[in-house]
Amino acid sequence: MDYEFHWNVVFQNWPELLNGAIVTLHVSVLAMLLGIAIAILLAIAKMNNSKPFCYVATAWVEVARNTPALFQIYMAYFGLGAFGIHLSPYVAVLSALVFINAGYLTETFRGGFQSIPSTQYSASKSLGMTSIQAYWHIILPQMLRRIYHPMTNQFVWSILMSSLGILVGMSELSGTTQRLQSLSFRTLEFFIVAAIMYFVITKLVLFGASLLSRRLFRGEI
Amino acid sequence: MNSLFTPLSWSDAGFIMTGVWNTIVISVVAIAAGTLLGLVIGFFRSESNKAVNVLFGSVLDVLRSVPLIIQLILFSTFVGAAGYPMDPFLAGSIVLSLYTMAFMSEVFRGGFDSVSPSMQVAARSLGMTRWQTIYHIRFPIGLRAVFPSWLGVALSVIKDSALVSVIGYMELLRTSEQLISRTQQPLEILIGVGIFYFIISYPLSYYGRYVERKMAI
Repeated sequence: MDYEFHWNVVFQNWPELLNGAIVTLHVSVLAMLLGIAIAILLAIAKMNNSKPFCYVATAWVEVARNTPALFQIYMAYFGLGAFGIHLSPYVAVLSALVFINAGYLTETFRGGFQSIPSTQYSASKSLGMTSIQAYWHIILPQMLRRIYHPMTNQFVWSILMSSLGILVGMSELSGTTQRLQSLSFRTLEFFIVAAIMYFVITKLVLFGASLLSRRLFRGEI
Repeated sequence: MNSLFTPLSWSDAGFIMTGVWNTIVISVVAIAAGTLLGLVIGFFRSESNKAVNVLFGSVLDVLRSVPLIIQLILFSTFVGAAGYPMDPFLAGSIVLSLYTMAFMSEVFRGGFDSVSPSMQVAARSLGMTRWQTIYHIRFPIGLRAVFPSWLGVALSVIKDSALVSVIGYMELLRTSEQLISRTQQPLEILIGVGIFYFIISYPLSYYGRYVERKMAI
């Protein structure tokens, strides 16, 4: 192998890579928060008896779960153009990630909710709690414990999938890497560094999540 | 301006079918290779001691914590720089198989670990050899338990195979992208692509959930 590594150019562009990493985190956090908000609504709609809401929620969940993430991003970036909606790469990737996160989290939330026996609700009512108290003190804490791990996984998944921004010219970590390597032709160096950065980000997120879970659930997970 | 673009026509069907076929081929290759490798590694990990396990686990962890698209670009540039340029199909299958392997090994390890040790002790006390125990007890019971998870990973591999387009493999999404740049009809083409993935993926995921529900009872 007669490839010479030149790491200097990577270090010179380090601030830009770091910036890219921040955009990656930024878009995944936002996608997660919006995804959670929509997923709560969809989960309620799915468990509701009113047919139209239930159908919309089911359709959303199934499309999000059964088509590739790259397809969603192309749809947001190229497909919506047919309706005269031209999204910037950032918004296109964000909306695709929100769409998918919401789809997956709906099932997580629904499963978590249904895993709490309804007798617990009746029991808390019989102890004189109001509905809100029963949900807030009894149902939700237990539910959060069960959905915490899947939610962490979903967040990590969002971070990794935001790398698809490279294909629509978004300037997150992999997009920045792509641009920098096309300027300097040090493809291997830049992508190795990007891979390490993704690894570190993922590990830090998982570490933070496990610290938080210890604080939240005090070891009774 | 109109003369630059030609609208979608039936003669494009062959081109799209190439993409469909290539998507199916690379998914099947990656799932088959990933399952086999994952089975071996998963079994090995569930059998071996802690030190080997941690070492193996951290290597597999890298495959799971670096985006697939970065792995694909890195691998194909690396083999190119090393002087052995590979065609996109081969490079794509290797990366996708290893990626699948990382997830499958975890699935299988969980399955093997779920077979309770007392059952193996019982099998041994009935006079089974070590390999008989593995073959008749751990494999059937452990593997049956993980079928829904296996299906889940396989489905995500079918969807992730779309990313192989980035190193130039002509799978479905890339053929559609090329058609889009010629016809400038993104919506029709993309919806068609979406329907294709959905048709493959939905029945399988439905079946997976059905099996899971049946096993839970």
